[in-house]
Amino acid sequence: MRELLADIDRWKSQGKKVALARVVDREGSGPRETGAAMAVNQDGEVIGSVSGGCVESAVVGEALAILSGEQTARVVTFGYSDNEAFAVGLTCGGTIHLFIQPLEW
Amino acid sequence: MTVYTTLATRIRANQPVALATVIDGPHIGATLLISPEGILGGTLGDNELDRVVARDALGELEAGRTGIRHYGPRGESTPEDLIDTPTVRIFVESFSPPPRMWIFGAVDFTAALAKVAKVLGYHVTVCDAREVFATRRRFPMADDVIVSWPGALFEREGHVLGPRDAVCILTHDPKFDVPAIQGALRTTAGYIGVMGSRKTHAKRLERLTEAAITDPRDLARLLSPIGLDLGARTPEETAIAICAEIIAQRTGRLATSLSATTGSIH
Repeated sequence: MRELLADIDRWKSQGKKVALARVVDREGSGPRETGAAMAVNQDGEVIGSVSGGCVESAVVGEALAILSGEQTARVVTFGYSDNEAFAVGLTCGGTIHLFIQPLEW
Repeated sequence: MTVYTTLATRIRANQPVALATVIDGPHIGATLLISPEGILGGTLGDNELDRVVARDALGELEAGRTGIRHYGPRGESTPEDLIDTPTVRIFVESFSPPPRMWIFGAVDFTAALAKVAKVLGYHVTVCDAREVFATRRRFPMADDVIVSWPGALFEREGHVLGPRDAVCILTHDPKFDVPAIQGALRTTAGYIGVMGSRKTHAKRLERLTEAAITDPRDLARLLSPIGLDLGARTPEETAIAICAEIIAQRTGRLATSLSATTGSIH
């Protein structure tokens, strides 16, 4: 989160809508720790990361859908552990749970 | 001030803060900001839930933990209370101030070590008694450059060091490294590394004995020669060897190649 602050501040000062995705839980092997975060603005600009590059582009899609109002804030799971898992997986075989929400607080 | 603005201010000021977010349940996405001084802003949608989560988040913050906790919608938290109650899942994220590294001795190895320590997120202090060497210009990457005798610095600020923090003594100079070791041993710093060859270290142990530092538990805390056995030669390679040792000590790993071992990586 610390490393995202400067860009988020800039986006907010430009009046841009921002979505925040954070790793809230993980099972098995995972390249990033709980709390790892990325932010996406309404123009699709991205900062930070939540995995080793495996799921970031899928997260951008989710974040943009949330910013446009097609989706609401929610937990999204990437990996192979259960039936709600996305088609996009982690190459390390682990599972990560991300909470994606508009940064409106 | 919004929750975000307050959070950003606290993180930048290196002040501890915890952010609680509803990730499942009513008021999904709602946030509450907690510090050791109390609730700083926001609400999870229920006063009692706020109170209970703030109490728990403070414990998480003190332990530096981040994770999900489960409650009832009114903050119910005992297993009996949670039967037949819809669960609210709260993500509590702890933002602790960065760990500290104190480096004694303003030498070339210091500049390289300060650089690598910054990459790892340390708040880096460089200390040397010689003001010609301990200059900001020579160590622009350090957070603080202090001209002081080690004993004085430990006396003044040693109490801030804890198990997450590292002390690296790179001076090689008895009149400087003995007081630095003495000071470091009085703290609860998790890592104390002292530079020098095996020969230098043997001589240093003699001087420590003269200074009445003989407790085997104290001496066992001193990692010297400093760093992992990587065959490092340059200041930069040595800095990597030292930081790798700090990580391995924290995780309790053997620090061999993963390709030579089996089992879990993280």
